[in-house]
Amino acid sequence: MSAQMRNVAGTEPLRVVIVGHVDHGKSTLVGRLFHDTGSLPDGKLDAITAMCERRGMPFEWAFLMDAFQSERDQGITIDTAQIWFRSKLRDYVIIDAPGHREFIKNMITGAASAQAALLMIDASHGIQQQSRLHGFLLNLLGIRQVAVVVNKMDLVNYSAAHYEEIRRIYSHYLNGFGAKADFVIPISAREGDNLVRHAASMPWYKGPTLIEALDSFRPSLRPVDLPLRLPIQDIYKFDDRRIIAGRIESGGLAVGDRLLFSPSNKTARVHSIEGWNRSSPALQAQAGESVAITLDEQIFIERGEIASLPDSPPVLTNVFRGRLIWLGHDPLRQGGEYRLKLATREVPVTAQRVERIFDTEDMSERDASEVARHGVADVILRSRAMLALDEASAIARTGRFVLTDGHNIVGGGLIDMAGYPDQRASVTVRSSNLQRVAHGVTGAARALRNGHKGGVLWFTGLSGAGKSTIAMEVESRLFQKGYLVYVLDGDNIRYGLNANLGFTPADRAENIRRIGEVAALFSDSGMITIAAFISPYRADRQRARSAAKERFHEIYVKADVATCERRDPKGLYKRARSGEIAEFTGVSAPYEEPEAAELVVDTATHPIEDSVRAVVDYVERNFTLTES
Amino acid sequence: MDHLDQLESQSVYILREAFNRIDRLAMLWSLGKDSNVMVWLARKAFLGHVPFPVMHIDTGRKFPEMYAFRERYAAEWKLNLILENCPPVEATDPSLPPAARSAARKTLGLKSAIEKHGFRGIIAGIRRDEESVRAKERIFSPRGDGGQWEFHDQPPEFWDYFNTDLPRGTHLRIHPLLHWTERDIWRYVRREAIPVVGLYFAKGGKRYRSLGDSDITSPMASNAVTLDEIIAELDATTAPERAGRAMDRETEDAFERLRAAGYM
Repeated sequence: MSAQMRNVAGTEPLRVVIVGHVDHGKSTLVGRLFHDTGSLPDGKLDAITAMCERRGMPFEWAFLMDAFQSERDQGITIDTAQIWFRSKLRDYVIIDAPGHREFIKNMITGAASAQAALLMIDASHGIQQQSRLHGFLLNLLGIRQVAVVVNKMDLVNYSAAHYEEIRRIYSHYLNGFGAKADFVIPISAREGDNLVRHAASMPWYKGPTLIEALDSFRPSLRPVDLPLRLPIQDIYKFDDRRIIAGRIESGGLAVGDRLLFSPSNKTARVHSIEGWNRSSPALQAQAGESVAITLDEQIFIERGEIASLPDSPPVLTNVFRGRLIWLGHDPLRQGGEYRLKLATREVPVTAQRVERIFDTEDMSERDASEVARHGVADVILRSRAMLALDEASAIARTGRFVLTDGHNIVGGGLIDMAGYPDQRASVTVRSSNLQRVAHGVTGAARALRNGHKGGVLWFTGLSGAGKSTIAMEVESRLFQKGYLVYVLDGDNIRYGLNANLGFTPADRAENIRRIGEVAALFSDSGMITIAAFISPYRADRQRARSAAKERFHEIYVKADVATCERRDPKGLYKRARSGEIAEFTGVSAPYEEPEAAELVVDTATHPIEDSVRAVVDYVERNFTLTES
Repeated sequence: MDHLDQLESQSVYILREAFNRIDRLAMLWSLGKDSNVMVWLARKAFLGHVPFPVMHIDTGRKFPEMYAFRERYAAEWKLNLILENCPPVEATDPSLPPAARSAARKTLGLKSAIEKHGFRGIIAGIRRDEESVRAKERIFSPRGDGGQWEFHDQPPEFWDYFNTDLPRGTHLRIHPLLHWTERDIWRYVRREAIPVVGLYFAKGGKRYRSLGDSDITSPMASNAVTLDEIIAELDATTAPERAGRAMDRETEDAFERLRAAGYM
């Protein structure tokens, strides 16, 4: 034990996971590494020798970590294990992960906490199924420091060409999903070649040894520079203080900061940071710290909310895309109900749609309505409740989730919001000094004067489904019949009221929100208001419904993408397919069908005239005053 | 934050999750260094309180110093202490080797205590670096209705998302020290000035590195009489921590069988 080693004893050990296909030499590498760095505990070598002799087999390094009798008897690693060792530079936690496809759940359990990874490939067997899947999963788990280790070079006569071929093919595979290997190291774990010392057997290799590669990896930095995220874990009332407990996942906070709690949107200031057995009270805290704070106001908040600073809040939404790995025995089903764990929040969610399944063999994509065990897929998840979250690419710790089914975790993944707007702007009332004023003229009086009730006919459907055509024809027929009727036209609104809005998901949501509010005001004035907009998101339409309340009538103008694309009256589908228009509904952005529209008119299988009549009939049935 | 701060923060997070998600919770207190650290971490997590019972499964064969320690600190730390006894060795699985049978008394004592009090969660101070079977544990580890550990099919656990929901008749073991090492424990004891039993310090050239029942635990050669000396000794040694615990090594699978049956 040198003085240098003792000096680093107080620093954090680097956590390294060893992954790869079964029998590619993971456990052997660990054993050899421990032996060559003098890290084996006393008596361990003798114990392993005895275990091997009892089984009449040659010395087996894998027994160092294969602690279960059945693992040794069957010669396979079942569950992940951890073991500590020291290089000259620092301490390491080595995480062994099983390579059998059957034990992917255990591989993920081990790998998810690692800061770096060694991915083993057997030079004589080449790249196998788990070599690829593990490489993909490391990336999904957020591990960005990877050394690919080409093992058993002794079995291929230390051939440079053989190594180069594996290096080329596997690097290309990693590039396919934006990952890369920091090093590709040819070794022989059994012979100890290129582990601690450069091997004479491979003079053509000029890169680092395995230990040099490990020592070049960096500990993960705590995300102190990102926006504050403090998921609330619990509220304690052990005495007269009301204490909010949780761990700061990113950013930092200080006494006096105003905190915004999402999704409740309540705010209060940090009054104190509480502690026990501290020499002086803390005035600030940062990412990684488990804290207990008191607030200057007694607001009602509960476990699951996320505290942020007001100017950098998390996204609010009730729908998101998860890129997930599925670990359940039963497949994930489209329409299936699961429980979502997201930071400290737990809510029921529906797997609304399986968007695509990735084949990790060649990174091809395909459509499916379910995700089998060990499948990787993009799935749209929807909850009834509003969720506070982040995109995984922005803030990792509040951008990843797991799903549970029954009693256990059955999958997990990363949040991606492409095509889905942040709903925060639309659910937040900015000024709280407003009071609604009651009108002197009642709705009933207006209806009596006009001879019919006011309301909103909200047409939703794909571009090209026939919304505008039907809207204009219905307006003209109702007008002739004596109704007060007006069509809110998309382009007209964008020239004036919404001239400041573009076509980002957030702007689109705001566009629909304003139209919903205007339509509600028109209908309140007694008008039959026809709003014809694609309005692809249920959440947006639901908000328009809440604005007009019982006067809202959702009419689904239904036609499938293929039909609409054939019609393509404005040439938009063509431009969307060529990539000229981004995030085009039905092509590159989702359309969420209504679940309970008041009226559905199908323009794909019926002439437009049928739809016009159906809507006019609907108005005559529902808006005419009944005699009393 | 240094390494000890990070270990502490992670353990506090685990204890707070357990307290929030599990109704009937108890912490095992074996009176050793690890479980003292664990009680200390609970007071950190809950601001000086330990808001669940602390349970000592007493084999009746601990060292006298350990019983004295228990009486003193249960009062000083205001613990809600539950004492439960263990059945005689005759009640244990006769196919186990002798020292393991002795240790198995604790498993039986724990099992009946869980039934008696209806606990759904047991917080235990095991660590991955102590023993290779423990290295394979989960932080929230489900136990079957007989208390047994289905170690061949453990549920996944990652990104600090734990399996906190459990079927009726089963319980969870919660391991807030799983990620600590023996050296971490002693450095934390030194930093926080956490009381420990005097048997850990050398007398007459010997000290106990790991404390179990007095009849199946032996001391090691050492001259370490202060915390600094213990830490320096551990930084230099390659001897395993539980070398003095006879039950671990009687047969190849003795400890695995103990743990599968519900040993902590």
